[in-house]
Amino acid sequence: MKIRATLIMAFRALRRNKLRTALTMLGIIIGVAAVIAMVAIGNGATSQVENQIAALGQNVVLIFAGSFTAGGVRAGWGNAGTLKVGDADAIKREIPAAVAVSPEVRTNVQIGAENQNWFTNVLGESPDYFGIRNWQFAEGTSFSDRDVRGGTKVAVIGQTIVRQLFGEDDALGDVLRVKGVPFQIVGVLAGKGLSVMGQDQDDVVVVPYTSAMKRLMGVNSLRSINVEADTSDDIVPVQNQITDLLRQRHKIVGANGDDFTIHNQQEFTDAATATSRILTVLVVSIASVSLLVGGIGIMNIMLVSVTERTREIGIRMAVGAHGRDILLQFLIEATSLSSMGGVIGILLGIGASKLLSIFAQWPTLVSPLSVILSFMFSACVGIFFGFYPARKAAALDPIEALRYE
Amino acid sequence: MTPVIELRNIERTYASGEIEVRAVRDVSLTIQPGEFVAIMGASGSGKSTMMNTLGCLDRPTGGSYLLDGIDVSKLNRDALADIRNRKIGFVFQGFNLLSRTSAIENVELPMLYSHKRLKSSQLREKALAALDIVGLAPRAGHYPNQLSGGQQQRVAIARALCNEPSLLLADEPTGNLDSQTSIEIMGVFQKLNEQGITIVMVTHELDIAHYTQRNIVMRDGSVVDDSPVKDRLFATEELRRLAEALHAVRLHP
Repeated sequence: MKIRATLIMAFRALRRNKLRTALTMLGIIIGVAAVIAMVAIGNGATSQVENQIAALGQNVVLIFAGSFTAGGVRAGWGNAGTLKVGDADAIKREIPAAVAVSPEVRTNVQIGAENQNWFTNVLGESPDYFGIRNWQFAEGTSFSDRDVRGGTKVAVIGQTIVRQLFGEDDALGDVLRVKGVPFQIVGVLAGKGLSVMGQDQDDVVVVPYTSAMKRLMGVNSLRSINVEADTSDDIVPVQNQITDLLRQRHKIVGANGDDFTIHNQQEFTDAATATSRILTVLVVSIASVSLLVGGIGIMNIMLVSVTERTREIGIRMAVGAHGRDILLQFLIEATSLSSMGGVIGILLGIGASKLLSIFAQWPTLVSPLSVILSFMFSACVGIFFGFYPARKAAALDPIEALRYE
Repeated sequence: MTPVIELRNIERTYASGEIEVRAVRDVSLTIQPGEFVAIMGASGSGKSTMMNTLGCLDRPTGGSYLLDGIDVSKLNRDALADIRNRKIGFVFQGFNLLSRTSAIENVELPMLYSHKRLKSSQLREKALAALDIVGLAPRAGHYPNQLSGGQQQRVAIARALCNEPSLLLADEPTGNLDSQTSIEIMGVFQKLNEQGITIVMVTHELDIAHYTQRNIVMRDGSVVDDSPVKDRLFATEELRRLAEALHAVRLHP
């Protein structure tokens, strides 16, 4: 028996009962479309979050000073005063894979320019900072290493500061007063928008960390150190090397607790995408239930079909069909049902996710893997749920089947 | 010459509960190529069981059955299906065409299960040729519900012919047809028989049996009579006589 002939027969049989075929496929269509659309939405959300996090910089390792406790009040990360500029210098000097290092201090202060003022974050950084955070300049340039060494009063400002203090005016070259200290604006950063956590990343003033420590804050310790590892494979080794280096420099031995904490980019990404992953898993499992129900629908209709066509089966057997020809015919019918449903579902799912991204502005990303898997799964549903009815048909006795009314 | 059918002491018993029913008892008979045989008997005489056995739909519980010289009484399901496909053409009382399937597709059906690998154009050609033999080629595209009973039976005969079987088995082929159409169908059988096709037909209608060459009568599972038909009827003559009678009726209202 030729497969092609069997396929043709299966399609003829399905075409004879168009409405029934369509209704039977509906379960699979809905299930597959739901899986495709939901995975697309989940992937879209995940990749959006990943992009936002990538905007923080590639392969970034963050070292925070340990928590400091005074009279039972714990002050939170970055306030223990255990990280020094020397630590940052040592990291840059001794760890080759740490390609960029920027010591960081930060303070919230009132700033002013012309006749406007604004409350904002002031960061003290090294020029490496802009590279680490992958931050472009809209105008001007970064301050230099010489500015850092000299503690020069120069500043780089974000787009929000430009908008709040200068409006339409050109900010570059103007004077920015920070805590009454005049800083010359040498660069304006390109806009970054909101962070993953919803903070305005452009609401920032960056000055050399030496200037910030001496002139604005009067401190001699760092809040944190930003380090960029060469490649993503270097992140963990760099993290370990920094730990060893800092323990050695801070004379921490054995099981004594570190007075610093190291985080890397991946942790933030994982945390941020965990929610969307859980959601995807949930929705996909609900959709799988729909596929299961669709499969049972197929089995049901195939059983009805076998009973209805008992005489047909008898005729086919009388003219020479083997049991396995009949089995194959019904199996192909069930599998065509389910895989056609799968294809329609895939198209619908892709269409739905495209519509969502156009009209609801949701980022969606149809993954080829989910398309392939849904198709295979729906085909398997057909084989699995079609097998019992097909075997029942193949086991019929030709004499009985011919006599069936 | 090898007989088409050679039955040696065929037995068929059914176990129905405690009681054993002997549907066919010790039947031996031989049918030569080119014969046209009617198996007759009342219901319960065992002729249907006989038919199923001859058609390789059922296996005898005893004795041996040689079809075209091959012992088919011990073959398994699949081998029997192949024998049916190659050697036997079936014509049923209820036509048994696939509904919502065109006449030509119905005729193609046995060839789809054949071991010969035919292209779809060849299938079509052979099916059309078979339909042409029964005079239905112009209606190849029609569906069974668009055809009369006689035409449906002709399609069934074409289907039985398409694999060029050694034996045409007809089970009450005229049971669902009026008398004129019955004669027409018998005419088709007689024409095929003249071309050398062996035909075995089960019927309980005596006049239909008169169109054959040899009548086998069964009762209680045994053959009680096996004799050639003496005053054989010929469909062409009978149809002419019928037409004349009709004409006469019209002339004298």
